[in-house]
Amino acid sequence: MNTPRKLPDEGLDMGVTVKTVTRWLKGPILLFGIYLVLYGHITPGGGFGGGVVIASAFILITLASGERASLQLFSKGVASRLDSIGLLMFLVLGWLGTGWAGSYFFSNFINTPEAAQFTLLSGGIMPIMNIALGIKVASAIFLVFTLLTAFHIVEQELEDRLCAEAHQQESNS
Amino acid sequence: MIFSLCLLLILIGLYGVVVSRQTLKIVISLLIMNHGVHLLLLLIGYREAGNPPIVDPAISIAEFAASSVDPLPQALVLTAIVIGLGVLALMVAFCVRLYERYGTFDVTEIRRLRG
Amino acid sequence: MTIDVQALIPMFVAIPLGLSLLIQLVARHRHGLAEALTILTLLLLTVMSCYAIGYSGVYHLGGWPTPVGIDMRIDALATLLLLIVSVVGLAVSLYSVDYMRRFTARSHFYSLFLLMVTGMNGVILAGDLFNLYVFLEVAAIASYSLVAFGCAHEELEASFKYIVLGSLSSALILTAVALIYGITGTLNMVHIATRIVETGRDTPLLLAFGLLIVGFSFKAALVPFHAWLPDAHPSAPAPVSAMLSGVLIKAIGIYVLARLAFNVFGIAENELSLLRWLGLVSMVAGGILAAGQKDIKRLFAYSSISQVGFMILGLGLGTPLGLIGGLYHLVNHAFFKSLLFLNAGTIEYMTGTRQLKKLGGLNSKLPVTATTSLVGSMSIAGIPPFSGFWSKLIIVLACIESGHFGFATAAVLVSIVTLAYQLKVQRMAFFAALPASLKKLQREPPMMAMAMILLATGCIALAFAVLTGLRDPWLIGAAQQVLTAGTFGG
Repeated sequence: MNTPRKLPDEGLDMGVTVKTVTRWLKGPILLFGIYLVLYGHITPGGGFGGGVVIASAFILITLASGERASLQLFSKGVASRLDSIGLLMFLVLGWLGTGWAGSYFFSNFINTPEAAQFTLLSGGIMPIMNIALGIKVASAIFLVFTLLTAFHIVEQELEDRLCAEAHQQESNS
Repeated sequence: MIFSLCLLLILIGLYGVVVSRQTLKIVISLLIMNHGVHLLLLLIGYREAGNPPIVDPAISIAEFAASSVDPLPQALVLTAIVIGLGVLALMVAFCVRLYERYGTFDVTEIRRLRG
Repeated sequence: MTIDVQALIPMFVAIPLGLSLLIQLVARHRHGLAEALTILTLLLLTVMSCYAIGYSGVYHLGGWPTPVGIDMRIDALATLLLLIVSVVGLAVSLYSVDYMRRFTARSHFYSLFLLMVTGMNGVILAGDLFNLYVFLEVAAIASYSLVAFGCAHEELEASFKYIVLGSLSSALILTAVALIYGITGTLNMVHIATRIVETGRDTPLLLAFGLLIVGFSFKAALVPFHAWLPDAHPSAPAPVSAMLSGVLIKAIGIYVLARLAFNVFGIAENELSLLRWLGLVSMVAGGILAAGQKDIKRLFAYSSISQVGFMILGLGLGTPLGLIGGLYHLVNHAFFKSLLFLNAGTIEYMTGTRQLKKLGGLNSKLPVTATTSLVGSMSIAGIPPFSGFWSKLIIVLACIESGHFGFATAAVLVSIVTLAYQLKVQRMAFFAALPASLKKLQREPPMMAMAMILLATGCIALAFAVLTGLRDPWLIGAAQQVLTAGTFGG
């Protein structure tokens, strides 16, 4: 018990192989997530699935190179703000529907021409809603993961400090 | 037949919730139970040898409704899973906090409230 | 200026949700702003629900017609519940301004509080079973975190118990929703009701109905399923206890039970008798357990179980008079139980203890608390001029009218037990000799006093409301009509 332990975010170094593979993979994963979000209204996927994939890119970075590396890219404060902004965007879009065409909450107030069917810019407000949802889900899932691992670090730090204090008292007496 | 397997999954989860002594095991049992329910909801939309639920202009709506699988349950299940994820995150956070406070995962030792 | 009530319907959900997010964005470290925004939101919701009185209709989200889109429905019963949520929520948010000063991260509290209001309003207005389930979970998740808000030993333990039993009941409810969707092929409550009338009720449907009754009995804390309530409600911060006991168990428990039983499934006699027996057991067990408690908030929590039993007994009679008694008791209980929990919170805030033995003589030190608590206690115990007397009288009369003399006797006996334990609280907390440790007590902070006076005024006003028309109180009568007629919205 008395051997000093490293904090997990420094200690969790997965070695060169994992780190290198992560460095190669994180871009494609992120890109795939963004693709899923943007094309959610015409292909399988959508805001939720794409958001989870985006979050998993950051989770992979956390697992491979430690918490500090991923929090430099995507800090908790930013994630938590984006979380609120995403859902707020969704609500505002719904509310805009009341003032425009159908005058119903969540009505699709952007009309797209028939010719634009099955292209990226179609489906009215659907792509915007998918983007809002993608932002929300990505930041929320990353936040849940980070906060649950942060619990662990706080506890470890506390334990280490207590151990160090006990050690000091022993050496004093 | 297949529904009874869902029921079995739900009952396994319920058994785990009742019998487990560790908080994390209770959480896992609840997860199993929830997934049993999700599976049940998903299977309700299943139709043997059904078509994908995409409207084909060539066939009539009545024919389409008779031959395609039900697209609604998968949307419902996705929502239910997301809700389950939220509850799961909260439950795990409680477990960790309980461990910080009481120093144990054993529910028989986490007993300050009585009466 | 005229506002279409139709356009207001989604706002009951959108406004608290939006404000909850806005508080997270702009007022995370500005607690004063968070408080002001919360109070303004609840004030706005109160005005909106007053405006919606007498209106009933359907709102199609996104302009999609009923079989395709999502419906929101409002009628007299929903308006009644919306009004309770808003008014009690307003009082509680006023109270929290002073009470929550002890806690860090107060803006999170207000955010979660508004989220809980969102969930409850959503449950009240949802027109289909699945959205009802979603909003139920929103309200429940917010309440789980609010119970654990202080992060102390007891709070976490109570909250863990609450979350386990809560998700268990949610799983049962979701199973029932899945079964109903499989049997009837629709989730819309009105369509389910017509489908059931057409095809009759077969065994799987009865199984689903049974699962729903069990699931919502968990949420409403009826006696075999009440284990979480006496831990969760006292452990939470006082404003949260007031909201949970006063509103949440009604909005996501009793309201949904009544709505599903009377409007969707068209309840039959043997199910009514099941509800009656559930009510009787909770009434008696809750009352007896409450009488033995020494912790003031725990006593009130058990008392909630007992009073919920009264409401379910009234609803379970199934006669118009029984329904009116049950609903009237629901409104009354929302006011006096949240008032009593706020009183208990003030006592805890000022003296630092909840144990009845360590209290005494607070009459001279905390006059506002003592007076409002007297109003609350007398109301809940059923002393004649106060509101609780009238609702219990109506329930007892309804029992006698429909020939259930045993239930009537039990109701009267439980009211006597209620009087006994309320007198015990009054005597031990407010009238006995002042302990030496409490000699230097100060007056309660002004906002707390204001919130308690608001709720006490509500209690007295409700008593007058029934006196103006003894058999047919305003709005509650309309709500009762909805349940008797078996229609929902439009």
